[in-house]
Amino acid sequence: MRFVFKTDYQQDIKLFKHPGYYPWYAALAILLLLAPLVLPTYYLSQMTLICIYAIIAVGMMILTGFTGQVSLGHAAFLAVGAYTQGWLYNKGVPSVVAMGAAVALSAAVGVIIGVPALRVKGIYLTIATFSFAFIVEEVLARWESVTGGNSGLKVEDFYFFGIDIAASEQRFYLLALAFLVGVMLLAINLMRSPMGRAFVAIRDSEVSAQSMGIHLARYKTYAFAISAALTGFAGALYMHKIKFVSPEQFGILASIEFLMMVVIGGLGSLHGAIYGAIFMIALPQAISIAKDYLPAYIGQQTGLQPTVFGLILIGFILFEPLGIYGRWMKIKAYFELFPFYRNAMFKRQKTYMKSDRLK
Amino acid sequence: MTQVLQLTLSGIALGCVYGLIALGFVLIYKATETVNFAQGEIMMVGSFFGLTAGVTLGLPYWAVIIFAIVVTAVCGMLIELAILRPILGQPAFTVVMVTIGLGFIARGVVTMVPAWGTETHTLKTPFTGQVIRVGELVLAGEQVAIIAMTALLCGVLWVFFKRTKMGVAMQATSQNQLAAYYMGIPVRRINTLIWGIAAGVAAFAGILLAPITFVHSNMGFIGLKAFPAAVVGGFGSVPGAIVGGLVIGLVESFAGFYAPEGIKDIAAYIVVLIVLWVRPNGLFGEKLRKKV
Repeated sequence: MRFVFKTDYQQDIKLFKHPGYYPWYAALAILLLLAPLVLPTYYLSQMTLICIYAIIAVGMMILTGFTGQVSLGHAAFLAVGAYTQGWLYNKGVPSVVAMGAAVALSAAVGVIIGVPALRVKGIYLTIATFSFAFIVEEVLARWESVTGGNSGLKVEDFYFFGIDIAASEQRFYLLALAFLVGVMLLAINLMRSPMGRAFVAIRDSEVSAQSMGIHLARYKTYAFAISAALTGFAGALYMHKIKFVSPEQFGILASIEFLMMVVIGGLGSLHGAIYGAIFMIALPQAISIAKDYLPAYIGQQTGLQPTVFGLILIGFILFEPLGIYGRWMKIKAYFELFPFYRNAMFKRQKTYMKSDRLK
Repeated sequence: MTQVLQLTLSGIALGCVYGLIALGFVLIYKATETVNFAQGEIMMVGSFFGLTAGVTLGLPYWAVIIFAIVVTAVCGMLIELAILRPILGQPAFTVVMVTIGLGFIARGVVTMVPAWGTETHTLKTPFTGQVIRVGELVLAGEQVAIIAMTALLCGVLWVFFKRTKMGVAMQATSQNQLAAYYMGIPVRRINTLIWGIAAGVAAFAGILLAPITFVHSNMGFIGLKAFPAAVVGGFGSVPGAIVGGLVIGLVESFAGFYAPEGIKDIAAYIVVLIVLWVRPNGLFGEKLRKKV
């Protein structure tokens, strides 16, 4: 067990808690940078998708994991980002400018959906967000002059500062990775700034946050805007990665997937966002590989994937509420404290039914 | 004029189904303060049980209804016992995720059951194709049956909640769980029963809906339209759920005829956003304030 002896207030907000992290992160960085040289194109392409999903997960994490606002409408922000990028890029706007526009527009949409969030909370907010997502999906399908309606929107190539990114998977991967690292740094810095602390305070107790002088309405709107902006940014990348988008990709199931990503990854940790993204991309692959080994009757079923998803989701919530990140924490604690680790250390606090209603 | 009446009738019939699903949400929400996102999927499972009873076993229509309600209610209670009991007292969001997971499993497992599968099935009812003429008005038998049966079910539930000991105990539990414990009410058993009732109501809605939308594994998505119904009525109000369902049904029915194409599908969501904007607690909702 390592105890960090703090001698300075600055230590509280350091990027890495102690020097023990440096070699591990350095090794991770080297591995990730070497990946394009070693991995076949298909796996690299999946890694790129993981990076894009991780950006979405970070956006979801800021809103759901840190601010405590559950959104079931994030597919709408992804759609706004993707369509803005696609439309502007096809009009000949440079991709950087288009990305800026996609981020700005998504953030604006996030503010619009954030406005009812100031009045409603809990389940009402969830319903408001998914209602909104349905409306966006319908608009995408009907506004044919811009979105191409149900036949979708296509982009042919991806020039970023004059470099043809779409030409090679390696380039796309490195670009997505760079963006992900940037987004992660942004999120880490956000969470140690006063604004991030305000988000966490709102999550833990709105009433106490308010009495500490946090302007609930303003900070919730910020949270929505930042989360939507990140998701929209991921949408812009997604557009170029997939090369073709149509409204049904942004339905309620996509929103549920994003929510599952942060829950399975581990709510309230940025590591969890990455784990969740890896999980979400890897699981369908794992299932399709496992299909070959299963008895034919089960392997051929189309319902296999949703069933496995549901089982894993329920399993995590029942047995590992902190998600993959929580499991990692426990494994780490086991080895750090060896042989003093006890099962009860992370036991969930026994809680009793608490009513949110005043009676 | 006839047109308006026809639209009203079909709107009410559709609204009854939304209302019944919303009723399931509201019952569970009132008793346990959790939101069941799998209500639509439970309805789907219920109508598949109805399909088994009606087509495979060849039972008469009334027996189909009872069979579906009973079997689905037992499923609902088992779900409560196995999955929701362990997470009692966790934040509402946890339960939402669990029920979303349940919905996934239900959608997946249903396609694996032989004779259910991924195809679209029809469930024959005695009312199919029947027409009732009142003057110039032509009423489809199915719609009249839906309205009548919903009214009947609401009556039964009303009597149950007002007149029986168990019903009153359920009301007490939903008002104040702790006080109900002190009064010697078996709160945990009541929660299980509430899940059973909610599942049974959902199965009933599924049977009613079956002639309109057919029976298939994705019919549970209609549950997403029952959320607006529950919110419009105020999430904690039982009559509100039915009224909310009727509002959504009527709006949808009229939007389908008078509004431009595409509005019909999102009319429910536009209504719910407006309601959340104007009256965040719904039409019949209680005013909620949190004590620190």
